[in-house]
Amino acid sequence: MELHDVWFVLIAVLWIGYFFLEGFDFGVGVLTRLLARDRREKRVLINTIGPVWDGNEVWLLTAGGATFAAFPEWYATLFSGFYLPLLVILICLIVRGVAFEYRAKRPEEKWQTNWERAIFWTSLIPAFLWGVAFANIVRGVKIDADMEYVGTVWDLLNVYSILGGLVTLTLFTFHGAVFTSLKTVGEIRERSRRLALRLGLATAVLALAFLLWTQVSRGDGKSLVAMAVAVLALLAALGFVVKGREGWAFALSGVTIAAAVAMLFLTLFPNVMPSSLNDAWHLTVTNASSSPYTLKIMTWCAAIATPVVLLYQGWTYWVFRKRIGTQHIAEPAH
Amino acid sequence: MDLALAPETLARWQFGITTVYHFLFVPLTISLAALTAGLQTAWVRTGKEKYLKATKFWGKLFLINIAMGVVTGIVQEFQFGMNWSDYSRFVGDIFGAPLAFEALIAFFFESTFIGLWIFGWDKLPKKIHLACIWMVSIGTVLSAYFILAANSWMQHPVGYRINEERGRAELTDFWLVLTQNTALTQFFHTISAAFLVGGAFLVGISAFHLARKKHVPVMRTSLRLGLVTLVIAGLMTAVSGDLLGKVMFKQQPMKMAAAEALWDGEAPAPFSVFAYGDVDKGHNKVAIEIPGLLSFLANDDFDSFVPGINDVNKAEQEKFGPGDYRPNIPVAYWGFRWMIGFGMASLTVGAIGLWLTRRKFLLPAGLRTGEDEVPHLVLFKQALSPRLTKWYWLVALWTIAFPLIANSWGWIFTEMGRQPWVVYGVLRTRDAVSPGVSTAEVLISMIGFTLLYAVLAVIEVKLLVKYIKAGPPELTEADLNPPTKIGGDDKDADRPMAFSY
Repeated sequence: MELHDVWFVLIAVLWIGYFFLEGFDFGVGVLTRLLARDRREKRVLINTIGPVWDGNEVWLLTAGGATFAAFPEWYATLFSGFYLPLLVILICLIVRGVAFEYRAKRPEEKWQTNWERAIFWTSLIPAFLWGVAFANIVRGVKIDADMEYVGTVWDLLNVYSILGGLVTLTLFTFHGAVFTSLKTVGEIRERSRRLALRLGLATAVLALAFLLWTQVSRGDGKSLVAMAVAVLALLAALGFVVKGREGWAFALSGVTIAAAVAMLFLTLFPNVMPSSLNDAWHLTVTNASSSPYTLKIMTWCAAIATPVVLLYQGWTYWVFRKRIGTQHIAEPAH
Repeated sequence: MDLALAPETLARWQFGITTVYHFLFVPLTISLAALTAGLQTAWVRTGKEKYLKATKFWGKLFLINIAMGVVTGIVQEFQFGMNWSDYSRFVGDIFGAPLAFEALIAFFFESTFIGLWIFGWDKLPKKIHLACIWMVSIGTVLSAYFILAANSWMQHPVGYRINEERGRAELTDFWLVLTQNTALTQFFHTISAAFLVGGAFLVGISAFHLARKKHVPVMRTSLRLGLVTLVIAGLMTAVSGDLLGKVMFKQQPMKMAAAEALWDGEAPAPFSVFAYGDVDKGHNKVAIEIPGLLSFLANDDFDSFVPGINDVNKAEQEKFGPGDYRPNIPVAYWGFRWMIGFGMASLTVGAIGLWLTRRKFLLPAGLRTGEDEVPHLVLFKQALSPRLTKWYWLVALWTIAFPLIANSWGWIFTEMGRQPWVVYGVLRTRDAVSPGVSTAEVLISMIGFTLLYAVLAVIEVKLLVKYIKAGPPELTEADLNPPTKIGGDDKDADRPMAFSY
């Protein structure tokens, strides 16, 4: 295995980390409207991700930075090619971060309602668009001989990619509902579980259709295994939701995300961004990657830093391990 | 194509707008993290309530500010790929590495520990909670280091070779990229300038409250801390600025000649105080100068030769082929002056304040004040009149803006002064833009970001003002009795969270 192959795996790991973690906090954002009955319950939901959403988002920045360093051509083609969808995602992430931090900083009803509305939409839209983006990467887009994207923004909207978007949206919302059932206490926990079940069934239908489509059109033996793991984990997660074993359910909804993302990357390899115009114009792990020297330095950095990051991020979850209920939300004393 | 709408022009405007805006929050984040950590350390060590109140007060303002710094930073991570794809392709092998290091080492640190700090008041024992804000502070400084190393490589590329076959620059010595003198001096200069911002922030807001005789114990301490920070940071900024200037005279003589509007080389070269010139003809119409000073700033020698704009332009034409290698001279010239002027003005306000509020033993007996009294502003033997005192507090309040203006102009100067290069001597800015991104797309994003940022600026400033006016919070029982167990004490299991969104 050469270093650029290692980095292909590591980029996949970073995206898996991002979707696993930010996946549930996008989901919680969507649930503020689907699940919470009043403002207090909304706050319970938001506070389950309060201490961690920012750290979760850094997985995206790291995936971006690592792609820049390890596969400059991939970084350049992807982000200049998917310019407008990425712009929408960035604007959502900007507003979303501010919404979390500023929502409770003024007591006015209108102020808080506006930020709550923002949290819902800015969680929902990226959760959908990331699926659209990844489906397009896997499907192949119009890339010319100079590695430039030559399609339009409308080319990115097709049945396959929209299905992909719906899969990530429902999967993340399901993941979020399992997370809130794990992190809350009281009546809202029960409702989280019931909603998780319904969301899980919807996810299962959509995900099965999308993954089968992917498998049939460009899969191989390895991707089939990943797909099987994703589907089985999703079903098992549903089973644990029914039984009320929330910890297991959450771990398995996480495995579903990991296996599904792994499957997409497996169907890509050794390409990183295939061209739909000409097979000779694919971006691959070889023609898009950095020099061996840069990859070596990056490998050292990742090998040392990643375990440390996992350790202290894991510790954060342990510090905030207690469930949150409405009794923990103080009326703001303004 | 109309030059004003050339993709390069628009992409540059967008980069300029988003980066200058981002950098309004960055220096305050860097300095306020450390200053808040310092105040919290004082609380943990002495148990004096004024330090805890100060920690909570400045910590709240710090959080309002860092939220904006974080979200506007996301754009920076992707903008290279979006708008500068040919740049990314050409330099990604080198430039990407410090960016990835920054995310992996600094961003994770900052974002994880800030979450722990915000929500950890009733979940972490005192000392561990304190350690978290120090971790955030370390994260902010590390982040600055990596991104400045990357920027320094654009100012002075080292440790690379050109791979003709792949048509790109490739890294050969990462250690050199991280430790070249450009990176170290830029880091030194940027960090001291960041503390200039934080110092002025503390001084201005403390002055606001002291002028109204409110929250005196907390604001008195904060004023002192702010003044000392402002003066030390101001001196360090001057020293590091001088060092960076000398480095730049060697590495980018064009930038420094433009900064001085020195059209033709001279020995000894004068420092320009005011100039008004004709860029097309390449000379000044009006010039007020201090003889020999520029030679000294460049080379530590009052008689040495400093090359002028026309000399460097000619030399670069010989080296890189025909073309105009001059940056926008008025921007470089005035940017350099605004940077120094506003930076040193804030140092002056700090130095005056430090003298006016000097320690007891330097004061006449009748003018000494206790910890809960507003300090007298004492010039020599007598306190300033109420009118002059009010004036000083007012000037101090306005000084909050000075280092921010200085920081912005510093970046505008150093980035625009490097033009037409994006990587000095290696890659021109016009060859760095994304060829596939249309003018319409850049217009959409530029207008989108600008409008969004404008709205957020209004919201942020209003929120800051609200919390500044409110002053430090009253302490609660929970504040004074932090938990002893990680995760919170069991007896408090059903108590409302100390902090919640």
